Amino acid sequence: MRNIWTIAKKEYSSFFYSPIAYVVGVVVFLVMGIFFTFDLNSAILNQYAPKITYLLDILIFPLIFLAVPILTMKTLTDENRTGTLELLLTAPIRDHELIIGKWLGTFLFFLSLIALTWFYPLVINFLVEPGIDQSKLVANYLGITLLVSALTAIGVYVSSLFKNTIAALIASLGIVLVLWLVSAPAQFLQGSAADFFRYLSITEHYYGSFRAGIIDLQGIVYYVSMTILALFLGTRSIESRRWR
Amino acid sequence: MITVHNLTKDYGLNRAIENLNFTAEKGEVLGFLGPNGAGKTTTIRILTGYMPPTAGIAKVGGFDVIEESLDVRKLVGYIPETVPLYEDMRVYDYLKFMGELHRIENIDDRIEEVLEQIGMEDRSQSFIKNISKGMRQRVGLGQALLHEPEVLILDEPTIGLDPKQIIEVRNLIKSIGKERTVLLSTHILSEAQQICDRVIIINQGKIVAEDAPDNLQSRLSSVRKVNLRVAKEPKKAAAIVRDIAGVVAVQVNDGGLIQFENIVEQDTRSVVAKKLVESGFDLLELTPEVVSLEDIFLKLTREGPDLSEIEHNTSSPRNIDESEG
Repeated sequence: MRNIWTIAKKEYSSFFYSPIAYVVGVVVFLVMGIFFTFDLNSAILNQYAPKITYLLDILIFPLIFLAVPILTMKTLTDENRTGTLELLLTAPIRDHELIIGKWLGTFLFFLSLIALTWFYPLVINFLVEPGIDQSKLVANYLGITLLVSALTAIGVYVSSLFKNTIAALIASLGIVLVLWLVSAPAQFLQGSAADFFRYLSITEHYYGSFRAGIIDLQGIVYYVSMTILALFLGTRSIESRRWR
Repeated sequence: MITVHNLTKDYGLNRAIENLNFTAEKGEVLGFLGPNGAGKTTTIRILTGYMPPTAGIAKVGGFDVIEESLDVRKLVGYIPETVPLYEDMRVYDYLKFMGELHRIENIDDRIEEVLEQIGMEDRSQSFIKNISKGMRQRVGLGQALLHEPEVLILDEPTIGLDPKQIIEVRNLIKSIGKERTVLLSTHILSEAQQICDRVIIINQGKIVAEDAPDNLQSRLSSVRKVNLRVAKEPKKAAAIVRDIAGVVAVQVNDGGLIQFENIVEQDTRSVVAKKLVESGFDLLELTPEVVSLEDIFLKLTREGPDLSEIEHNTSSPRNIDESEG
């Protein structure tokens, strides 16, 4: 556990040494800020209460769907490329501690980023009477957190497979795209077959329940198992590196 | 401390090392010598638990490198050949990170000690990307020493250092080697000669020689080939030498140096000296040719493990070591 925390701490702080994290941060808040301003203006002109889900939709797509693969692509590819992976793999730490530590550090970085976006709902809450639906807000943020957790784990897993960051990025985007589009066959199917494909989709659980303010156990199980599965595969990938 | 038994590693169809057997004791600096691609790094990577062997057993401190990998890694301090470091970290933070992974108690005090040992106290707050190659090497060494390992494994530790730093690092390794086990890979022969208690010469994945550097040298040096110099008329002197029983292959080179060979097991030097002095020559030099470690190395790594061959093919010592470093 201590090793996981040591690696996570280092991973977290490494984002602040890297320009890419600042670029992603600026883009996220710039885009959200622009949409927020437009929405507020439009709400004032058209006399409606601005909705927080409108803004969170922007946060999820494209921001999270692009930012997570971009920021996770280097987690292990860089270690592999520069040779520091050899230091970690010859230090007295277990392979799963390395993978979980990498995931945790990156996940905490995203949580910090997401926590900052709480600013917008606070402003809206202040502007509208009688304030926004807090439970819906919590469900939304819980959904986003779970989604980011799974996406980060996938990104870390993919980065363990490659030495080249661009290859890792493309592979990671590809996997996310497949997990998104996997629900497509559901519209041509019926009954449990359709449910099955819908269940596999990484976006379905968020849009289907958390976004509407429902804290859905099925969704929680899906994202948590997706995270665990990806971390498990990442650990196996590091283990297999020793045998190659 | 280190025991290696029939160690073999294949990369696909390519055999990197084959049936290596050696040991290293506590308080010993063992040099691992060989040309690039001989299998030094592969062996080291197996010993540090980075990758498993295809066959054979490797133990460090009694722990098996595969079955008890974590215990092995706790005992070993290691610098890979490329000295990988986190460029974006400060020297101090990097040492702290690695120290935390090794669960070092009183880590800040220990880092101060190590920084002093590697002479980097004043650069502890520098970013690693901004320090020189020599300093990087020292930071790598500091990282390897941090947890006071029983076994220190260094892959080409003096590459890229300037002569002063090389001496410092070598002295440091020597002092560490008094109490601990040091396995040092190098292709710089004088380095092995200076700091190693014992050297293993490895070529194409096989051990071709193993001994103390001085023993290796004396074992392979002999009085077979002798250099002779007289004050004048070397050709006349050569003719006299040629007639002495037991002497073969007398040559005179352009500089007036006479070289001759003795028949095996027969030292003719005293006879040669007496005859020449009696004939009125002023004898300036009469020395057996020294086989340098370089000669042994070149010979062994070029042609394989037949040691007897070397005795026939000695040449004067050359000094190629520092220029390679």
